[in-house]
Amino acid sequence: MRSLIDILDLSVEEIDQLIATACDIIDHPDDYAEACKRKKLATLFFEPSTRTRLSFEAAMLELGGSVISMASAASSSASKGESVADTAKVISCYADIIAMRHPKEGAALVAANNASVPVINAGDGGHCHPTQTLADLLTIYREKGRLNDLTVGFCGDLKFGRTVHSLINALSRYTGIEIVLISPEELKLPSYVKKDVLQKNDIPYVQTTSLEEAMPQLDILYMTRVQRERFFNEEDYLRLKDSYILDLKKLENAKPDLCVMHPLPRVNEIAVAVDDDPRACYFKQVLAGKYMRMALILKLLKEASV
Amino acid sequence: MNIDSIQNGVVIDHITAGGGMKLYELLGLDAVDCSVALIRNVGSKKMGRKDIIKIDAAIPVNLDVIGYVDPGATVNVIRDGQLVDKRSIDMPERLVNVIKCKNPRCITSCEQELDHVVRLTDRENKVYRCIYCETKAN
Repeated sequence: MRSLIDILDLSVEEIDQLIATACDIIDHPDDYAEACKRKKLATLFFEPSTRTRLSFEAAMLELGGSVISMASAASSSASKGESVADTAKVISCYADIIAMRHPKEGAALVAANNASVPVINAGDGGHCHPTQTLADLLTIYREKGRLNDLTVGFCGDLKFGRTVHSLINALSRYTGIEIVLISPEELKLPSYVKKDVLQKNDIPYVQTTSLEEAMPQLDILYMTRVQRERFFNEEDYLRLKDSYILDLKKLENAKPDLCVMHPLPRVNEIAVAVDDDPRACYFKQVLAGKYMRMALILKLLKEASV
Repeated sequence: MNIDSIQNGVVIDHITAGGGMKLYELLGLDAVDCSVALIRNVGSKKMGRKDIIKIDAAIPVNLDVIGYVDPGATVNVIRDGQLVDKRSIDMPERLVNVIKCKNPRCITSCEQELDHVVRLTDRENKVYRCIYCETKAN
């Protein structure tokens, strides 16, 4: 049974096909309005994430399907001690496809290994969040018309930011990509990502602590939030949370066609005034997420029915 | 120092000096009934120094564990005092329930029934990673 746990589970050709499907859904939504009629999506969220869960649910509803939902671990059998494996087996009896978020890394793989329907990883702790990456790729494609020959800056928490690691992984398979890593010393991209992804794929990259210096060369600026839940130590979180704040002044040196992205939710790392700048793409990114999830649900259900 | 040769059993030879104890532990040799000799820092023309493990019984040994700890080791099977099989070892692609993932955020940290599985991700640098959370295992 085909599932999606990691963005690298998809080939470049499959990602390109998903982008093509998502673009077609955007242009011809009525053609897909009953594409998943009589199919059910189960959203299993063992940790709270309103936006991702609603995005999956909206995606399924727009495909004409139905949704059954578990919005928190407290309301599930997990609170009684049921294993992820058993939960996956049980929910497979009710639903045709599962989207699951869990605080533990690797939980989605355990679910996929035990479910008899496709499982989509909607985030497993600090590990993977492949549908966010699909949303990011569609946003870049719609804004730039390509996924190659781009200088992409990642700013903020590059250590714990799973969206950053996933997007770097995905972009490393395209040509002409240059990466600029902007972070405080303590939140630098882990060395294994640099070694196993960037160096292995000969992707040129530079590391800096200055957003201002990096800004002029960027085609894409991917901002991230310093996530409280990834820290064991509250003092470290408080010290680092305001490391980078993007405002209109910092954007003065940016390219006129820069694309500013953020996986959201933001706290204060992007000033609200930036929202009205045409270069702000983070709300378009949210919409892109819904369309890519629609394309993905269609693909996995189609493959499951063969 | 003399250790008698064995009649029926297994000799794990060419273990990198200092690696014998880890192999002894991971192979669970502390729990077997037969005689086992762990000989450390033996002189070797080829290696300078090496460790050797002699097991005085024809018990099965997990070659994957040996390949994980020391792919340069060799396994000699002795029967009636004669060498009947000599195997060089390769690094295994996967190891199941040999090493535990130490990442407290990994699903294996809270679901006790799950197998601890690592896979080889970098043969050149002998790097194994947990299949669930991808944390480096060694």
